[in-house]
Amino acid sequence: MSRKSITFRRILKTGLLNFLRNFSIATAAIATMVVTLTILLLSLIINATFNNTIVQITNKVDVSVYLKDSVDQTQTSKLIQEIKNIPDVSKVNYLNKDQVLKQYLLDNSSDKLLSTAITETSNPLPATIHIKPKTLDKISQINNFLARPDIKELQFSAPQSNQNLQNAINNITHATDVLRTLGIIAMIVFAIISILIIFNTIQMAIFNRRNEIQIMRLLGANKSFIRGPFIVETSIYGLIAGLISIGLVDFIFITSNSTLQATSLGLLDINFAGKYFRADIFKFLLLQVGVGVFVGAISAFIATRRFLKFKIK
Amino acid sequence: MILLDRVSKKYPKSSEPALDKISLHVEPKEFVIIVGQSGAGKTTLLRLLTREEKPTNGKIIVGGIDYDKLKDKKIPMLRRKIGVVFQDFKLLPNKNVFENVAFALEIVGASNEEIKKTVPKVLAIVNLSGKEKNMPSQLSGGERQRVAIARALVRQPKILIADEPTGNLDPKHAWDVIDVLEKVNRFGTTVLLTTHNAEIVNKLKRRVITLRDGKVVSDEARATYKV
Repeated sequence: MSRKSITFRRILKTGLLNFLRNFSIATAAIATMVVTLTILLLSLIINATFNNTIVQITNKVDVSVYLKDSVDQTQTSKLIQEIKNIPDVSKVNYLNKDQVLKQYLLDNSSDKLLSTAITETSNPLPATIHIKPKTLDKISQINNFLARPDIKELQFSAPQSNQNLQNAINNITHATDVLRTLGIIAMIVFAIISILIIFNTIQMAIFNRRNEIQIMRLLGANKSFIRGPFIVETSIYGLIAGLISIGLVDFIFITSNSTLQATSLGLLDINFAGKYFRADIFKFLLLQVGVGVFVGAISAFIATRRFLKFKIK
Repeated sequence: MILLDRVSKKYPKSSEPALDKISLHVEPKEFVIIVGQSGAGKTTLLRLLTREEKPTNGKIIVGGIDYDKLKDKKIPMLRRKIGVVFQDFKLLPNKNVFENVAFALEIVGASNEEIKKTVPKVLAIVNLSGKEKNMPSQLSGGERQRVAIARALVRQPKILIADEPTGNLDPKHAWDVIDVLEKVNRFGTTVLLTTHNAEIVNKLKRRVITLRDGKVVSDEARATYKV
């Protein structure tokens, strides 16, 4: 075995042994890391859930264009193409008269009288184009296009874009923008706080053992041989804390799904949150363990630095 | 083996130098005792030798290494060549007796076989066979100091520096430690011992260097304690 590999194995072994022998400090450090990593994970999930709610709201808003019966196939195709060319349109859905009727009957299947009445005359419903904007604030641009005189001529009536709800839409747009920004800021803040707390905890754990570092230096150990076991040890903290935080969040979703749904007052779609978490649980596991190990290792690296300076006065 | 030429050390915040133009020469295999009251400069002298501090002036050569030419990066290499025993033992609290001694060998990349062979031998020299698995907290002061000596010896250094190794020990354990140091010296290691203990100095009848206010006031062979 080469000398390097012997040293490497010794560093791993010492790190593991130190972890086991400093169990009380390890437990305290891991507990702190679990709390911070869990908060970080929850802020991630909450942010995604908020975004989902926003998407849901956005999806409910569309512009419906009702075409005159006189508009022929060529004109319709041309119009659809033009609408699709508007940069802020995400989806265009065309329903001809028959399809609109079918949909109408489906939507009102409980009302027998209405169904009968409408089928007894010739189909009074206009062919319709549903336009979904990419974002809520882009609706006015679609409306501007539809208000062009040559386009307006093809329409049965003014387009229905919940126009009277424009103010409401504007408010929602504004609110969702603020929420999105807040979510991202909150996540960044949580991430920074988590890293600082973990760093501080590890720094304190290592500060407690600065004498050991001093002794090793006096015995002539080089930096990597002193630092290595500390990095191994704190990486183990990160690994365990990451695993526990994932387990903890999973446990929360299993045991308190309904309680959470009730207490979140419908502001958060807890079912979505649970599904979102489960669908990517391995990705989250990797993330948590990765953040834990990385922050742990870097913290140990930095915290040992000040005790390892060979600056002689 | 050890050469100091007009070495001075002045700390920034004190008006008087801790060491004032000290010159001395220690031959290989010598046993030298350094005595002096607290603040006389004993510990400063030893810290200069282990390169925990740099002299303000003067030249130090130990085991052929000129400290003026020694880069900070090479300090670990220097310390591996010198065995040091401290008054407060400086054992690693998370390692048992065997591991503490083995650590000195691990640092230099010794093989596992070598460690398994050497460590028990050294522990036998300091009469600690059978205590390999004990943690430092389970040992008496004298035993801890002997672990520290074993650790200093295991790399077979040419020089052993012992800074008041008996300072924290009762008389019986103090003599155990001194016995080990004499034994080591007989095997050919240069020993540099600082102590406060007049009885030890008088009984050993070795070369005694007396420091006062950072100066060498006497340097006699087979001397007795007088401060």
